[in-house]
Amino acid sequence: MIDQFKGMKPSRRAFLRGAAATGVAAVGTKAAAEGEAAILEKQPWSQFLGKGVDEAPYGMPSAFEADVTRKTVPWLTAESISSINFTPLHELDGIITPNGLCFERHHGGTAEIDPAEHRIMINGLVDRELVFTMEDLMRFPRENHVYFLECAANSGMEWRGAQLNGCQFTHGMIHNVMYTGVPLRLLLEEAGVKTEGKWLLAEGADAAGMTRSIPMEKALDDCLVAFKMNGEALRPEQGYPVRLVVPGWEGNMWIKWLRRLEVGDQPWHHREETSKYTDLLGDGQARRFTWEMDAKSVITSPSPQKPITHGKGPLVITGVAWSGRGMIPRVDVSIDGGATWAEARMSGPSMDKSMHRFYYQIDWDGSPLLLQSRAHDSTGYVQPTKNQLREVRGLNSIYHNNGIQTWAVNSDGVAENVEVS
Amino acid sequence: MSKFLKVIAGAALLSATSAHAEMGLGREATPEEVAAWDIDIRPDGMGLPVGSGDVYTGEELWLENCSVCHGDFAEGTGRWPVLAGGFGTLEGDRPVKTVGSYWPYLSTVYDYIYRAMPFGNAQSLSHDDVYALTAYLLYSNDLVDDEFELSNENFTDVEMPNAPNFFMDDRMETEFPLFTVEACMEGCKDNVEITARAAVIDVTPDAAGGDLEGGGEAPAAAEEAPAEEAPVVEEAVVEEPAALDMALVAEGEKNFRQCKSCHQVGEGAKNRTGPVLNGIVGATAGMVDGFRYSGDMADAGAGGLVWTPEELTAFLADPKGYMSGTKMTFRGVRDEEDIAGIIEYLKSFAE
Repeated sequence: MIDQFKGMKPSRRAFLRGAAATGVAAVGTKAAAEGEAAILEKQPWSQFLGKGVDEAPYGMPSAFEADVTRKTVPWLTAESISSINFTPLHELDGIITPNGLCFERHHGGTAEIDPAEHRIMINGLVDRELVFTMEDLMRFPRENHVYFLECAANSGMEWRGAQLNGCQFTHGMIHNVMYTGVPLRLLLEEAGVKTEGKWLLAEGADAAGMTRSIPMEKALDDCLVAFKMNGEALRPEQGYPVRLVVPGWEGNMWIKWLRRLEVGDQPWHHREETSKYTDLLGDGQARRFTWEMDAKSVITSPSPQKPITHGKGPLVITGVAWSGRGMIPRVDVSIDGGATWAEARMSGPSMDKSMHRFYYQIDWDGSPLLLQSRAHDSTGYVQPTKNQLREVRGLNSIYHNNGIQTWAVNSDGVAENVEVS
Repeated sequence: MSKFLKVIAGAALLSATSAHAEMGLGREATPEEVAAWDIDIRPDGMGLPVGSGDVYTGEELWLENCSVCHGDFAEGTGRWPVLAGGFGTLEGDRPVKTVGSYWPYLSTVYDYIYRAMPFGNAQSLSHDDVYALTAYLLYSNDLVDDEFELSNENFTDVEMPNAPNFFMDDRMETEFPLFTVEACMEGCKDNVEITARAAVIDVTPDAAGGDLEGGGEAPAAAEEAPAEEAPVVEEAVVEEPAALDMALVAEGEKNFRQCKSCHQVGEGAKNRTGPVLNGIVGATAGMVDGFRYSGDMADAGAGGLVWTPEELTAFLADPKGYMSGTKMTFRGVRDEEDIAGIIEYLKSFAE
């Protein structure tokens, strides 16, 4: 067996070592044979029967993909219940995040709810205060939409400078899935919003009783009350049996385990929209209700957890981009730290408030690279540098860091999180 | 609604949906149901229940329910939120955002304590308790004196000092024009220097790729991860298989989840909000090194209390009932079988 990395083709060096070893091992059986063991030797999976159907009634990834998991950064929070983990963006391609890899952020742990016992209440400034069962919900007309969900704190640890080595940790508080759900507008119409009803309080059934105030215009525009993600039931950690979808807006407004919607004439100013999720600026003043997620992108490979292992020659640089205000018609890539830029190739569906995939192919000569990507969204907004953001906001903002990320790649292909002048 | 109607009614729709013919799904909520769930409080006082509580009562409740995480004076312990002080720090290098220095509305304090605190036992406090705790937080932030009593009558008179320093998102005015200029494509910088490196700070979790220094070939760290993630319990169980009921241990591991916000167990476990629990079954109470026990727990240990399975069962069923002074603010485990599982699980971790 030659040296081989999980899921990767062997490098040329490894190939030669492997070939030499095979040459020795093969003496006596096939003296003249020259080539790779992977081809010359019978593999067990080609010779013996594999597992039958139903060995895994719910299919799981290959054992060789065992490291492709969400991961946490333990020092970020006091304990693991009100905490966060991160989507392994560096291992993914395309635009859809598999359900089991969608990052988690809970404020009181995952509520485990029997859908038969779950109710959704609408109260406050409505004509009729209503209660729906999950079955009631399923009888409203449904829609399907792919949207990204990004935590407002994504990249928040990087405000003072490069801190975490891996795009999973710098950018992994995001996922992008297809939701099936009922337009929130239809539920509100069922209850009849009174004319003075300008705000909506969405509340979760979890032990944090998570709440956020949402302006009625947004609630009646594109919000969904969703019960499926990527075709199957929401995962418990994503709000099973039902969650709110608030397209393009910061993740903590997408109330999980949704149980109540209250209509009011003013916002509630609850904890997660005052003490947290407000953006402290350099002058000590703070922005509130910074709902929309600005356009952002990141190169997912190469990146610190995904070094170049194949040496010089053709290299695929790839990454993702998104905007809370629309679509991403264009991403630029720089390999020299932002001195020179070229347009990347967009690939895959381009949808409103969804993740987009880009590729940039180069013939790598083995010299060090300073990789950057820069998203342009459909409103004309161009992703700023981190220093441009710091000039406006200072260093204490925590949230909404959408600055351009730089990976330094050395001549061995090792990538590192850096900042450049 | 047809598209045609939508156009005509568009403006009205933004403020009212009642014109729409409903589908007749769902049922009317009863007033009792609405009252049971509608616990939210607003800055204008909407939702405030009748009640009151003073600083003195608040302090008692605080020490019993809150100080284990937030500190005796709301100064915070470990990485739990600091809730007092921090005045004058918002423009500095390390802003301390407390109830006093940052929170714009007192109603937020009341609402959050009532809906979500104490952590792990939400909505267990009475309204008078929450008035008293809110009063104590005002006192610990030097915003009221120690004679102060807070009630639904005077609640909206309290103004929070940092309220004027919040303003509505202005990114569209202040940032959008700056970031919609044409992007430079060539000759954008004369020279490019690396100004900061994450590797210098070195806070990336090890399993993630801390070991990438050694050359471009092996994503070695990524391969280490599965070993790191192996559940600690398996290792420990192997050491002492004879005495343990493995099915019960597995059951107990699940039930121990509710303890994990405060207690660590296994290799490398440290004292957190609660003490390390390695070797706790059969140990003398109040003796874990480096943990600051309540007076009652320390006294019980000095008096010879040993954590036999029987004593632990009684304690876990009703912590406060078993020992009123314990710092463990936990509601207890109702099901005796669940307790047996937790104890069996704890037995699998010898000292």
